[in-house]
Amino acid sequence: MRFTLSWLKEHLDTQASLQEITDKLTQLGLVVDKVENKADVLAPFTICEIVDIEEHPNADRLKVCTVNTGKDVLQIVCGGINARKGLKTVLARPGDVIPSSGQVLKVGKVRDVDSFGMLCSAEELLLAEESEGILEVDPSAPVGEVYAKWMKLDDPVIEIEITPNRGDCLGVYGIARDLAATGIGTLKPLKKESVKGKYPCFVSIQLDPEACDHFTARLIKGVKNGPSPDWLQRKLIEIGLRPISALVDITNYYTIDRSRPLHVFDADKLKGNLNIRLSKKGETFDALDGKTYTLDEGMSVITDDSGVISLGGIMGGASTGCDENTTNVLLEAGLFEPILTAITGRTLGIHSDARFRFERSGADPEYTLLGLEAGTQMILDLCGGDVSEVIQVGKAPNYRKHLEFRPERVATLGGANVSFSKIKTILTSLGFESKGNDLELNIYTPSWRPDIEQEADMVEEILRVEGYDSIPSVPYSERPEGKPLSPLQERRFVIRDRLSGRGLVEATTWSFISQKDADQFGGIPESLSILNPISQDMAVMRPSILPNLLKAVEYNQNRGFDSIGLFEVGPQFQDPTPNGQSMMATGVRAGAFTPGNWKEKKRNVDLYDAKADALAILEMNAQLDRSAPGWYHPGRSGCFKLGNQILGYFGELHPSILRAFDVKGPAVAFEIFIDRIPLPKKKTTAKPKLTLSPYQAVERDFAFVVGKDVLAEAVIKAVQKADTQLIESIGLFDVFELPEDKKSLGIRIRLQPKDHTLSEEEIQSFSQKIISTVSQATGGVLRQ
Amino acid sequence: MDTIGQLKSQVIREVEATSSLQELEEVRVKALGKKGHLTLLMKDLGQKTPEERKTLGAELNVLKDALTQALDLKKVKLETETINAKLGKETLDITLPPRPDQKGIVHPLSHALDEVIRIFGQMGFVVAEGPDIEEDFFNFTALNFPPEHPARQEHDTFYMPPSPDGQPLLLRTHTSPVQIRTMTAGEPPIRIISTGRTYRSDYDATHSPMFHQIEVLVVDTKTHMGHLKGCIEEFCRLFFEDPNLKLRFRPGFFPFTEPSAEVDIMWKDGKWLEILGCGMVHPNVLRNCNIDPDKYQGFAVGMGLDRVTMLKYGIDDLRLFYETDLRWLNHYGFTPEARG
Repeated sequence: MRFTLSWLKEHLDTQASLQEITDKLTQLGLVVDKVENKADVLAPFTICEIVDIEEHPNADRLKVCTVNTGKDVLQIVCGGINARKGLKTVLARPGDVIPSSGQVLKVGKVRDVDSFGMLCSAEELLLAEESEGILEVDPSAPVGEVYAKWMKLDDPVIEIEITPNRGDCLGVYGIARDLAATGIGTLKPLKKESVKGKYPCFVSIQLDPEACDHFTARLIKGVKNGPSPDWLQRKLIEIGLRPISALVDITNYYTIDRSRPLHVFDADKLKGNLNIRLSKKGETFDALDGKTYTLDEGMSVITDDSGVISLGGIMGGASTGCDENTTNVLLEAGLFEPILTAITGRTLGIHSDARFRFERSGADPEYTLLGLEAGTQMILDLCGGDVSEVIQVGKAPNYRKHLEFRPERVATLGGANVSFSKIKTILTSLGFESKGNDLELNIYTPSWRPDIEQEADMVEEILRVEGYDSIPSVPYSERPEGKPLSPLQERRFVIRDRLSGRGLVEATTWSFISQKDADQFGGIPESLSILNPISQDMAVMRPSILPNLLKAVEYNQNRGFDSIGLFEVGPQFQDPTPNGQSMMATGVRAGAFTPGNWKEKKRNVDLYDAKADALAILEMNAQLDRSAPGWYHPGRSGCFKLGNQILGYFGELHPSILRAFDVKGPAVAFEIFIDRIPLPKKKTTAKPKLTLSPYQAVERDFAFVVGKDVLAEAVIKAVQKADTQLIESIGLFDVFELPEDKKSLGIRIRLQPKDHTLSEEEIQSFSQKIISTVSQATGGVLRQ
Repeated sequence: MDTIGQLKSQVIREVEATSSLQELEEVRVKALGKKGHLTLLMKDLGQKTPEERKTLGAELNVLKDALTQALDLKKVKLETETINAKLGKETLDITLPPRPDQKGIVHPLSHALDEVIRIFGQMGFVVAEGPDIEEDFFNFTALNFPPEHPARQEHDTFYMPPSPDGQPLLLRTHTSPVQIRTMTAGEPPIRIISTGRTYRSDYDATHSPMFHQIEVLVVDTKTHMGHLKGCIEEFCRLFFEDPNLKLRFRPGFFPFTEPSAEVDIMWKDGKWLEILGCGMVHPNVLRNCNIDPDKYQGFAVGMGLDRVTMLKYGIDDLRLFYETDLRWLNHYGFTPEARG
């Protein structure tokens, strides 16, 4: 909402400064977005006079002007077709910034003739969207004076944001009323116009109350339409509206001034009588914006015998619009229902000042007829004419509400101490009627405040006029009874720290991906497709985080990174129910694990890196099998399980996936369902008891030759079975392949006796036991 | 007498002249070895009279001590010189880089979230959560958004296909539905914060289709707007690490709070910056959750995690949070810390 300071002062009698006014607006909840003053950018431009003019020697369309600036006389080359001797216009000097282009003006030569300045057009000074020729200043204007000052363009334009509940402040008058309540001025009473009609209105109007609550209209014959007077044009231009013609400008004026949209039909273009009704599906409407709209069922329309001529509360029609030839005009003021207006406007995609106000209940339901009368008077004043009687159909619903308000709630809910008498004063100035005492007030809300429904709303009214600064802040003294995070929630942070501690970089990527990417990762059900996606790349909820991470790998590989490790802790989706969303810790490593440096050789990632990442998250002995999904290498991937529950996957990514995502391998990944990892059973701080043995520990190495397909885990388990007391640890220090589909596993066993030092014989017999157990379990033999 | 004096000065001269441990050993053997000068003199003592033996013996012992001490001192000196000479040849280039750490990066949003939770945790809040795919009822209706109200349109909602039982579903546009889930599931007093992903169909330099919110909710019998101010002031001053941070509360509009407030902080450039929205929980919202608004009241706060993170760490483009550009993450991210 934009308005000028002087416009505000037409309704508010105040001595307050601009700063005080804008501070109060913000305090009231009408937050000031910006304050502009044209005079600031126009300050350098002064009034000058062309005292002599000659044709340009080298160009037909240019003239060489001799210009009196009041201080000196300058030669200026000018292309304005209206440049002539004796014309007063506006001068820009070298060094001035031209508002339209932002360029600094320089002394120049135009076709070999020196030019020491520029004569400006309205367009160049941003005083009009387009203009022809240079500005023509009134002959009485003093040469040398600052143009903006002489034209009184130093009127600040204030732009405020109006929240959806405050439609009443979509008019300057409503803003003035709010400001007056704060005590910085007084609201000037509205002149209640009433123009007596001289004859009955010829049109008859039918109204379906579903389409419109209240509709008023009257005919004004013999008007003279044309450009509106300077004061009205300038008012509209200053707030960013384009003057069109007196009749249209008047309707726009009341839209801004009183939040009361009006509409004018050219009465001679109407065919028959008016019917305000709900539209039928498929009806078409040629709107004033030059477009044709096909209507749905149930929109509010104004029709004549030719069909739809106006979309109620939104936009008038092209066929009945007013122009300079209009002599008979039908002025209309209706009260259109907010929800109906909102749906219609949104369905058709029409934005207008009228729609904006009706859908926010901006038009005061008790002002419809008064608005028509005020509009009538201004038409008479500016265009003349003979006025008919008013036709009224329907009636405004009673928007006033009765509610009870305990003034103590200002303190007990609002936390502010405001005296009862102050509360009463505020209520009155905002238009509330109140009866009762300081224990309970009976409130009647004003017609323009349908947003006020209950006591809490009343508390806000008092607080915002008084200012939220008047609420003393109370230290928030509650203190915790436990930890803010549940163990499951805290786990996510622990995992983040752990994975980043392992050298991975945390990513945060979008929850939605393309259908194509989703299909590569198991696909998604129809129910996870967004109905109105922002683009095809963000069309469905992700079934895995990997596609996003692989895209990021490709992005960073293209920027020269060859050692990339990324992870994300976030949701993936199986179905749209709350349980269909799983919290994942997913990661990718690509290229080098260690890039290589002067101490260590470069090493590429392999699936054991991903397995280590996965185990760092799992922190438990889970079952392991080969049932990882298809985006992994079938022979180089694994699936961790707990019973039937899948805890996660790890492995080398399938080459076709790498190709699809343009990722340079090797690349490995892991995906862990972190909420499925069981929580530690009992929370105890005590650790199991440790007895330190005083006897020498013994390490022995064994190399077993086993079949290529024998799993390392089988050999280790066999070793473990040989003894549960003595073996402290089993390590795998060497694996290599042998001919004839065999491989060698180097196993280091550490024995820790508890009660005596082991003798060589004991160690020997123990070794034999291990060898035979392994042999029995796996067919392995000790390598000779 | 002369012999002893001569021997002493001769041996000491020889000790001083040595330049290696080997030479020193030779000097020692020559003086104190089995056939050394002093040893021989000691042996001669047997042939002396008891008188002579006594005086000469004492003198020889003094001489032996003196020579031993001189030899030991020299030995330490030579050993030190030897090791110093060896170490002098073992110098390494200390400017060479050590083996690099395998340290990764925590995303700035996670880091900031951690801080937010820590601060509210100290104030007694616990974290509550809800799903990203929400029912229209939880996201709007229960939060007092009338069906066709412009406030609903301002949310630029992503819609999902309705559930099998016909419930309209959407991607939550704010974390406020967690308020409803918490209030319908539990009884006051309630003190929760909720954080998570939120979605709106808007994408430009200052809007991302996915972003993160922090929701704060208090419901009890006595909390009023003064407490709301106190709580937000404490949070902002701790989060932005400025005990004198200036805040401004001004009226705002949210369907689910009444009275409602927008909060600005005074930023370093002397301008007010909008930072969060809040207010007293709307009586209609309490009613929708079967909580009696005549008995209970409280406040709710909604804040953009992305926004406060950008402000705190001087990040100027929202979209880069989600780009996964390693150059950006290495610069704006954080090394993992031990969590307390």
